[in-house]
Amino acid sequence: MKSRISDAICVIAAILVAVPLYWMVLSALKPEGEIRSDSPRPWTLEPTLDAFRRVLDVEGFGRYFLNSAMVALLVVGGSIVLSFLSAVALTRFAFKGRTVLLVMLLVAQMVPVEALTIPLFFLVQSVGEVAPAFGLNQLAPLVLVNLAFSLPFAIWMLRGFVAAVPRELDEAATLDGASRFQYVWRVLFPLVAPGLVATSVLSFIHSWNDFLFAKTLIYSSTDNRTLPQALLVFYQPDEQDWGAIMAGSTLMTIPVLIFFVLVQRHLVSGLAGAVKG
Amino acid sequence: MTVVGERRPAGPVTSKATERVGDGRAAVRYLLPAGVLLLAVLAYPLYQLVQISLYDYNQPQASGAAPLRFLGLDNYGELLGDPQFWSVLLATVVFAAVCVAGSLLVGTALAVVASRARPIPRAMLFLAALGAWATPAMAGSYVWLFLFDADLGLVNEVLSGLGFTGMEGHSWMYQRYSAFAVVALEIIWCSFPFVMVTMYAGIKGIPAEVIDAAQLDGASWRRIATQIILPMLRPLIVIATIQSIIWDFKVFTQIYVMTNGGGVAGRNLVLNVYAYQKAFAGEEYGMGAAIGVVMTALLLMITVLYLRAQQKAGWSA
Repeated sequence: MKSRISDAICVIAAILVAVPLYWMVLSALKPEGEIRSDSPRPWTLEPTLDAFRRVLDVEGFGRYFLNSAMVALLVVGGSIVLSFLSAVALTRFAFKGRTVLLVMLLVAQMVPVEALTIPLFFLVQSVGEVAPAFGLNQLAPLVLVNLAFSLPFAIWMLRGFVAAVPRELDEAATLDGASRFQYVWRVLFPLVAPGLVATSVLSFIHSWNDFLFAKTLIYSSTDNRTLPQALLVFYQPDEQDWGAIMAGSTLMTIPVLIFFVLVQRHLVSGLAGAVKG
Repeated sequence: MTVVGERRPAGPVTSKATERVGDGRAAVRYLLPAGVLLLAVLAYPLYQLVQISLYDYNQPQASGAAPLRFLGLDNYGELLGDPQFWSVLLATVVFAAVCVAGSLLVGTALAVVASRARPIPRAMLFLAALGAWATPAMAGSYVWLFLFDADLGLVNEVLSGLGFTGMEGHSWMYQRYSAFAVVALEIIWCSFPFVMVTMYAGIKGIPAEVIDAAQLDGASWRRIATQIILPMLRPLIVIATIQSIIWDFKVFTQIYVMTNGGGVAGRNLVLNVYAYQKAFAGEEYGMGAAIGVVMTALLLMITVLYLRAQQKAGWSA
């Protein structure tokens, strides 16, 4: 069933899909004069890192990059611990109300969290009066918000990985006299590690991409901005520095791309599993 | 928020094979941290959203300069009587429908094509799609804005090079429909890969014998596609459709960035951006919250459909 036409369509589609990405990287590398030219060429003979330098030096992009990375890494750390504990409880422990919790978990994934910006703004504002580190313009509430909103899906996904560990291991561990704590952390945790990698990468991406909550909760502090907001600052209504914007976009995309390549095997195999079931 | 990672567990999840003493108490301890966080950051704000929507809650009230006034359902009454709300709702629905249809058509068609292609062209397509999928919404929005830039953009350059000289300096983002169209293109670009990967896995899951048998019987490729592959993919298509509806209905970043906060005079607003602008630009928090509640209700309705579809497909909780 292989066909030349299919090959050709695949290649053409791949090129079309890749054009925006190619254009982003190319424009980031073009000298400023070529960017401003009315007849853009699909190549450049004088690649330069000027645009990256403009972004990193003048606009303090590095600081925002670090802020974003810090928030994302804390979200990942929290997500690993919390989603693992919850997934273990939901798949391995028998207790009343488990089905109800599972349905709630699914519904939680559907809540349009964007609508929650309004109450969260006031919630964080009043928390900040008691604990300034968790108030507006601080990174800590951003970590909690991103963690909470990526958690339902992380738990949901990890549940499948925990359930895939054979139950005989539970029994063997019990017979060997392992406590619940030992079993969970010494036996289950390492076995579920690939699943944890996959879910934590998705949590990372969720947090890294967040624009709305960063914009709402860190509305006036310039020091605590994260990357998406920093990009918005470059974009001036009349005089766009497209070279810098493309360089910033490239810098923002690279970490996600790396993590995506790391996780794609798990994504596809997880899907295949879901389909076969 | 996808079904991407959902794995079919090896054993039945509900099995109580290893019930131990004190499972209930251990479960509480294990679930407590996540539960507390979700209650505080998800459930409580949801309750507050409804609460705020019932009050006359503007900047004076937020800063404590004026007392709160309970309005009951007045905000909703005003909202439903506002022609702009209906036009935004219509725009949201049509826009989401175009994005959903576009990503499903492109994703499914390319999945079918990829399943018939040789490994190297297929790998090229998947790699490019992975790149589009991974691009942060913010970065993707800017790239597409730049591609469609009136003077410096690649698209106008190519079009005028092809003889459409009228396209030189054409401003795509100025007109309502073409601005929506460019945003829709960006969204389809970054969301078709999810559909493609899902459908590709589904096609690979169809036993080769079924298709071989049909071919032996002399069925044309078109018949195999429409009468064997599509019906077998139906449950997956339903899931992918509803998932896409949920995503595209809630689009925020792309509209906000690409149309600069909802377009000139708000003609490119969708519900999410509308609620945000009402609340944070217009300082009408009560009204913004009411829009949020309406949106939540609409999405919960879709969620019920989603749960039903999952149950039908047999891989629900």
